[in-house]
Amino acid sequence: MAKTSDRQIEHLLRRAGFGARSDELELFREMTITQAVDVLVNYDSLVDDVDALIGRPGYAGMTINGTFSPQSNINHARQRWLFRMVHTNRPLQEKMTLFWHNHFATGYNKIAGTFGAPEGARYMAAKSSEDPGQVRGQVEMLRTNALGNFRDILLNIAKDTAMLVWLDGRTNTKAKPQENFGREIMELFSVGVGNYTEEDVYAAARVFSGWNLQRPGTLAEQHYEFSYVSSQHETSAKTFSFAVYPDGGRTIPARSAADGQQDGIDFINGLAAHPNTARYLAAKLYRFFVSEFGAVNVTFVNRIANVYLQSRYDMKAVMREVLLSPEFWDESAYYARYAWPVEFVVRALKDVGWSGFSVNDALTPLSNMGQILYEPPDVSGWDAGQNWFATGAMLARMNFASTLAGNQKFKLATAVKDAGVGKTPEAMLAYFGDQLLTAPQESTVTTELNNYLHSNGAWTGADAQLQAKASGLVHLIVGSPEYQLV
Amino acid sequence: MKVTRRQFVKGGMAAFTVTFAAPEFISDLARAQGAHTRNLVVLYFGGGNDSLSMLVPYNDPFYTNRRPTLAVPAGQVLQIGTDSSKVALGLHPRLTGLKQIFDQGRLAFVQRTGYPNQSRSHFYGVDIWSTADPNNSAGLGWVGRYLDSLPSPVDPLIGWNTTGSLPHVLQASHTPVPAIASPQGYSFNSPNAGAEATFERNTALRIASHVPVNRPELAFVYGSSLAALGTLDRVATVAAYAPTLTYPTTGLGQAMRAVAGAMNKGIGTRVFYVTTGGFDTHAAQNVNATNGAYYNLMATLNDALLAFYNDLKNQGLLEDTLVLSFSEFGRRISENGSQGTDHGSASAMLVMGGRVTGGIYGTAPNLNMDPNNPTLENNAGDVRLETDFRSVYAQVIDGWLGTDSVKLLGGNFRKSTLAFI
Repeated sequence: MAKTSDRQIEHLLRRAGFGARSDELELFREMTITQAVDVLVNYDSLVDDVDALIGRPGYAGMTINGTFSPQSNINHARQRWLFRMVHTNRPLQEKMTLFWHNHFATGYNKIAGTFGAPEGARYMAAKSSEDPGQVRGQVEMLRTNALGNFRDILLNIAKDTAMLVWLDGRTNTKAKPQENFGREIMELFSVGVGNYTEEDVYAAARVFSGWNLQRPGTLAEQHYEFSYVSSQHETSAKTFSFAVYPDGGRTIPARSAADGQQDGIDFINGLAAHPNTARYLAAKLYRFFVSEFGAVNVTFVNRIANVYLQSRYDMKAVMREVLLSPEFWDESAYYARYAWPVEFVVRALKDVGWSGFSVNDALTPLSNMGQILYEPPDVSGWDAGQNWFATGAMLARMNFASTLAGNQKFKLATAVKDAGVGKTPEAMLAYFGDQLLTAPQESTVTTELNNYLHSNGAWTGADAQLQAKASGLVHLIVGSPEYQLV
Repeated sequence: MKVTRRQFVKGGMAAFTVTFAAPEFISDLARAQGAHTRNLVVLYFGGGNDSLSMLVPYNDPFYTNRRPTLAVPAGQVLQIGTDSSKVALGLHPRLTGLKQIFDQGRLAFVQRTGYPNQSRSHFYGVDIWSTADPNNSAGLGWVGRYLDSLPSPVDPLIGWNTTGSLPHVLQASHTPVPAIASPQGYSFNSPNAGAEATFERNTALRIASHVPVNRPELAFVYGSSLAALGTLDRVATVAAYAPTLTYPTTGLGQAMRAVAGAMNKGIGTRVFYVTTGGFDTHAAQNVNATNGAYYNLMATLNDALLAFYNDLKNQGLLEDTLVLSFSEFGRRISENGSQGTDHGSASAMLVMGGRVTGGIYGTAPNLNMDPNNPTLENNAGDVRLETDFRSVYAQVIDGWLGTDSVKLLGGNFRKSTLAFI
């Protein structure tokens, strides 16, 4: 059976996940590419048990004061998500969740500012099994539907408590239709800017009038949830500049207030089926999974958009096609993306080691790198690509490499000795070059790293020297420009 | 859209200079003898500022009618006189510091700025204000183009962006601008101490000083590393800055403190970018209550700018600086059902500085809902522009930065009535 090379597996797992742990490498190197992709996209066949690993020895740590409560404490939720990214056996699920979190970018602060901090965490991050009212927070909804149907995701988002606060849908009324959600569902969530008019925004606002929130009471199990308030629905017909119905119809008919919720469902169905939605998503998937260098590949976009429409918006079918596409496996796609801060941090943990490291200690560095989970800067998500590499953010990456290397100092020295590569600087350099794969290094990097190992006195291979040089070397490699590409 | 607008860099980033220009230190003596530098601080109000709540036409009956919960009562505004069309204007009641600066003649407002067919999209709007080009909002930022026009080698600290990521307005083809959110946190750490740490830092600097050939995307990261490592020591001097007064602890307050520190230490920076967000007030805008949303926005703005103004004044640096604000759009005139305002069109810009000729430029809109009202658009829903925002930029470019605005903006937007500088 054809086996897949480690280089290919690492490419696949950098993109469909957050890098490769050694156990993942062992698992996937026995498969063909097609088998590996099928395992990744069919993650439903693996038990989702990563949360049960939290707190166990041998896994990354957390820093929790009091009871672990990700359903009401956003710091705990952030730690949990990082932990999942490191230890999950369903890497594509976490990766797609991050993709959707950026796509439907909703920020915790506004929700917390509206309903208080515990409720903010609840509507963003609660898992239904841990919430007294079975609330499923927005990102958990996205995680559950990570490879689900896009139309369903769109409908869930339109009814999502956090979204109804974030884009003010909760105050969208008949007398004063609220445009915020109506605009962004077209501009950012589906067809993209340039494919709708200002009149469409006004009409969309009316479509969603009455899509509000209600909380029956203040008991712990009670909570804010979507409520269609028929008395606040504007019932007249709404006409768009594009087809809403399969027959090309552009007008959502006037309906009674009681039936008015159907307006929003019709509109979402129309957006999901819109060819520009297919193309907008395909281009975004290209940038996130395939390449950020050069122009978006038009052939890819056409093919993926077609799969999206043919499968009636099935993201599993779409992602299988993405990961098997010739563009994905083209030589030019290797290391052709700028690592997002969480990609960088999680990959570094997987490469360097996590034992004895608390993921809490990655949160402030991540903020300095420009990425706070559950807190995208605005509804358009994070400014990715080169925008991650402002100087202060680059310095934060180098400093995280330092923190991690310092934390793992003794283990690194032990690993060097166990591998028998502590006898010469050259052997150690080769060893870490293999452990910490990067985009092809400029030749000066190798020279300078070698010079570094030779600096500060003769090589003795003593413990103190191995600890200093192994951690220093890991710091320099993980903080190098080449390591920032994935 | 966000991704494609960055494609301009492809192939264009390999030309980093690895030597640093000597910073232009202006000694205290030279300063005492009247030598001045000219610094520009670009201030972005994120989210679309409802400038009708900042600069209030409080006697317009339609202002009160159309904003039943949001109008600032006439008795509470800080009156600053009338504009050339005899409309009485007042500042938001929380802007007591800006009122002082206005009274000292160092604060100017330019009313009804915008561009034709103004976009109501945040992102498209920011792109247009950043590039100063409504027809090609994917290009380089106008400040970035200015930096590119400076004779090389350009100091790697020529610009200072106080936010975490590069704003479009600073995007340049070959002048990377460092992002330094906090000078205190801008240091190079090491897992080791002493000589070992020094070896690491030197190695990192030597690695970053190399310029990858034919790998523009990688070269960009190299440039960023080099800019970080090459500016650490000078930024460290700013971290030690002791201002003449206490700045607010807000993000904007601390950013203004860093700007004043950079000026005080004379580290060579000429352009600063600062921002204050939260202006996308669709709901519960709450202009009037203490600690209401918009009230707090004004508090943040007022306290940070006043501290900056007085700190510079105390040090004789006020004449060296110009603060220019922008926001992607103003907001709808009538309030919505959520006691907020939706995305609108033209709005007012703010210019502050020691050599600014303060006052009110341009005329206020008449808020009468007649669809034929010439000062409004969109069925009298939004404010119609009177002054193209590029005319304000042109005045700053010609009059302050001392470079040709026609060239930088790709057209003649000069407007003689805008003589605020």
